[in-house]
Amino acid sequence: MTIKIAQLSCGTEYSSVQYEIEKAARSVGAKVVYPDVSAVDVENAVERFGFRPRSNQLKLMIARAVQLADGNYAADAVFITTCFRCAEAALVRNEIRRFIQENTNLPVVTYSFTERLKASQLLTRMEALVTIVTRKELLARERQAGITAGLDSGSSTTKAVIMQDNKIIGKAWTPSHNVVESATFVLNEALAQAGLEYKDIEAMGTTGYGRFTLGEHFKDKVKLIQEELTVNSKGAVWLADRQRGEATIIDIGGMDNKAITVRDGIPDNFTMGGVCAGASGRFLEMTSRRLKIDVTQLGALADKGNWRNAKMNSYCSVFGIQDLVTTLGDGKSFEDVAAAACHSVAEQVYEQQLQEIDVRHPIIQVGGTSLISGLVTAVGEVLGEKPIVPADSQFIGAVGGALLSSGFL
Amino acid sequence: MKVFIDPPNSLILFDLVERFGHEPLSTMAALQERIDNIEVDMPPMNVTLDDVVRGLKYAGIEVPSGVRGRLAVWGPMIEEADAAIIVDDPPFSFGCVGCERSELMVKYLIKRRGIPMLRVPYPNSEEEGKVFVGQVKEFLEGLQ
Repeated sequence: MTIKIAQLSCGTEYSSVQYEIEKAARSVGAKVVYPDVSAVDVENAVERFGFRPRSNQLKLMIARAVQLADGNYAADAVFITTCFRCAEAALVRNEIRRFIQENTNLPVVTYSFTERLKASQLLTRMEALVTIVTRKELLARERQAGITAGLDSGSSTTKAVIMQDNKIIGKAWTPSHNVVESATFVLNEALAQAGLEYKDIEAMGTTGYGRFTLGEHFKDKVKLIQEELTVNSKGAVWLADRQRGEATIIDIGGMDNKAITVRDGIPDNFTMGGVCAGASGRFLEMTSRRLKIDVTQLGALADKGNWRNAKMNSYCSVFGIQDLVTTLGDGKSFEDVAAAACHSVAEQVYEQQLQEIDVRHPIIQVGGTSLISGLVTAVGEVLGEKPIVPADSQFIGAVGGALLSSGFL
Repeated sequence: MKVFIDPPNSLILFDLVERFGHEPLSTMAALQERIDNIEVDMPPMNVTLDDVVRGLKYAGIEVPSGVRGRLAVWGPMIEEADAAIIVDDPPFSFGCVGCERSELMVKYLIKRRGIPMLRVPYPNSEEEGKVFVGQVKEFLEGLQ
């Protein structure tokens, strides 16, 4: 079965990226389709939609969205994309996303591209769309069964979890270096903690950037190789015990950030940012190095400071570090600087990503950076609601992998 | 003479320019050139990364890629044109550049060239249609 992803876009054909979009879709077994519209449909659709952009291609996007909403065109998922930096398109993109979600049950992902877009950047997003469509039953799984392992090969750290009868019985993490070596190390650690051996594992799930390499290396055990958007959502709702109802999951990673809305544990909208390191865990690592402390101490330090006393609001990690150096040069305290760094990351995640989804409550903050208490405080301040940070929140991907792979037993 | 048409993909304008003995500069011709001679395979518009980078000649890096890609196609045609016809506020079905920002820049580039230019409003009735064709005919016949 080929999954049909409806593309609603402006500018892709003039930005040399259309080929890359179609390549990304093909690589996950999907096909990009364009809802048919007539010239008359365009005018009527814009009238009904209520937002009248000046750009005609944005009008065409609206008409295509209306065709999907009215069920005149069958698609399985929706990919909404426009040029990076276009204000008019950014407004339309978000309103179309909202319109699709209000009028259909189709999973949606939005993206703003530059001419440098490569298929690999879209792979995780496309894969997640396909997973949501094709693996709904698997994603509905709420309990782990048997003895399973989950491996999460992230950009900063590699994590392993061993689960048995819906409980975590072993867990370990290490900074990522060689994908296979890091994973083997944490898997052995987790197994030792669980008092088990490799042969006892009945199924394994891999996720994160190294998921395909690990899937191949542990192919005798691996039943599931899946992108981190859907796997992390499952891990997050399981850890937070919020498998029913709605929630927003915020995962500020080492290299990119994810904001995912879920209904009954199944994602229906997500954004994944990665354009700027200033809005990721990497910036906090750089800040810690400059303050000559371990990143694990940054949160407690930030909690003692006041971000308002130090200026740091850059969109780029390079300029962010410049801000940091200037602020320290001005004699600001380390506590205030640590708080300002956390606030800067939270603010950028809010400005760049959370504007593209409708935040649902509760907010669950996960991933390694959720252990930095100052960042959780900052996210809470920016959003006006303290996020829930479940125990073992850094192991979401590994837990999701172990939970979902048990569905194959 | 070479006449740039705006919207650059308007078949009606293309036909009128050709009918009155001039060479229309249009999106269709630019893309045909890419397919026939350069053999670019980047459908549907055959705009490549190199084009988008070349578009920096007309608009800076802060400008969205889609605007620069469009200007990379139409900018050289405007530079080559001896005259231009611009139809203001056409509906979607008459032809369009897709993007209002690009449209503003196309009009500006034509004006900056200082070439003979006709700006006509899109006709919304048969009577206006006759006036429209008459104006275009008069403009094209007047080109030396």
